[in-house]
Amino acid sequence: MSAGVLFDSPGPATRARHRIYSILSGVALVAALAFVLWRLYDTGQLEYEKWEPFVTPRYIEAILVDGLLITLQMAFSAVIGAVVFGVVFGVGKLSEHRWLRWPCWLVVEFFRAVPVIMLMIFCFYAIFGGMDELSRRTYWSVVLALTLYNGAVLAEVFRAGINAVPRGQAEAAYAIGMRKTQVMTIVLLPQAVKIMIPAIISQMVVALKDTSLGYAVAGLGLTRIAKPIYQQFGNHVPTIIVITAIYVVVNLLLTALAMWVQRKFVGEKKVLDVPMVGEAQSQRGPF
Amino acid sequence: MNAVLDNFDLVLRAFGYTVFLFLVSAVISLLLGTLLAAMRVGPVAVLRIFGTGYVTLVRNTPLVMIFLFFQLGAGKIFDWLRFSWVDIHIGPFDFTSFFSAAVAALSLYTAAFICEAIRAGVNAVPLGQAEAARAIGLPFSGVMSQVVLPQAFRASVPPLASTLIALLKNTSVAGVFGVIEAVGRMKGFTNDYADQRWGIFLAFAIGYVILVEIVSLVSTLIERRWKVA
Repeated sequence: MSAGVLFDSPGPATRARHRIYSILSGVALVAALAFVLWRLYDTGQLEYEKWEPFVTPRYIEAILVDGLLITLQMAFSAVIGAVVFGVVFGVGKLSEHRWLRWPCWLVVEFFRAVPVIMLMIFCFYAIFGGMDELSRRTYWSVVLALTLYNGAVLAEVFRAGINAVPRGQAEAAYAIGMRKTQVMTIVLLPQAVKIMIPAIISQMVVALKDTSLGYAVAGLGLTRIAKPIYQQFGNHVPTIIVITAIYVVVNLLLTALAMWVQRKFVGEKKVLDVPMVGEAQSQRGPF
Repeated sequence: MNAVLDNFDLVLRAFGYTVFLFLVSAVISLLLGTLLAAMRVGPVAVLRIFGTGYVTLVRNTPLVMIFLFFQLGAGKIFDWLRFSWVDIHIGPFDFTSFFSAAVAALSLYTAAFICEAIRAGVNAVPLGQAEAARAIGLPFSGVMSQVVLPQAFRASVPPLASTLIALLKNTSVAGVFGVIEAVGRMKGFTNDYADQRWGIFLAFAIGYVILVEIVSLVSTLIERRWKVA
């Protein structure tokens, strides 16, 4: 291993010492894992009956169709909405008119600072309170809350992305006589979108994880499907393990997609630097 | 708005729980996260793999599932994870099993993100700094305490602050799992005073905005104080 910031490349004696540490910590970790497995076995969590629903086609279908598919649908609709919201408010925050810039800034900061779960509860009771069908009402309150939150985050991403386009691009466009709108739509946005695609996909991971917050209202998707299963079989631990595993696998696939897109379209460049909530508004854009 | 003003003591107490959840989980997750970061950047291969595995697993798991695990699953495997042994009362605040389970879930979840923030800080230190420190003959402890760690801490303040802000907002999940903190209280009000939902939402939202602004202000102050030249 080459020398890093923290320590020089180790010599033979140090390497031997590290090997001993590796073996010791490995034994400790395996012992801990074995203890957990033994507790799982001892408390009967590994019995076949508790895992049976996850190898029964009827339940697998329910988990994939009523669970995973709806969760993906919610995340996808939310991201589509969030992209629209993000473009509108991200470009709005870059506007040179103060009456347009400030409200956009206020809306974006508000939705970034408020917990998603609170938005969901509010949407569920106040905005979609009149809807009859419970699952549709939950679906739309989850989607709207996630759209607002992720849209506010993406607005910041879009602003950073447009600002990341080299300054000379906008200057050159103005120099050949383009108007403000033309500079934005013909020169800046197409280049910015390329930089932003990975950030949008990672935001989809966030949205997917956050669909589970629908548990706060009536619940829908993977988190909801867990309930009837563990209520019927009394297998809380296996159900939680299986459902969590599905979330993890889907998120890992999305992350891999984001990394592939990043390599293909952006190259090894640095990921977009997005300021956090409440941080002072940075310099205005290329206008 | 009347619902909020008439029950202002309840609102304050709810936000008190939010702050307590935030502070306790922040301290625990900072400790755990630093430990994880040490594992991930350290020379011992097994610990590095463990740290990477933990972070990958937790970062891709929804927080609700971790809460569900501590509410329904953990107590079935280890009896002490029911947290029935926790029973602390300070003034008007009761810290019981629900609060402890929430702290456990939030801390384990946030630790993964804290680890990444600290690692980002360590990675931000240019290699030449450490090489120069070694070249003038500083021992390992000197390289660490004089050159690398001060710069690493400074660089990890902004990502740590975003992580802590996320933690503050994530405490709201505890409201669904038995802790009457701000969102739990808001849900109660929304059911009791159906005609004032907009006012109730705005009032609680402003509470959160204030808390988030305080955290971000503190981080800006620290950053400015530690900034060199």
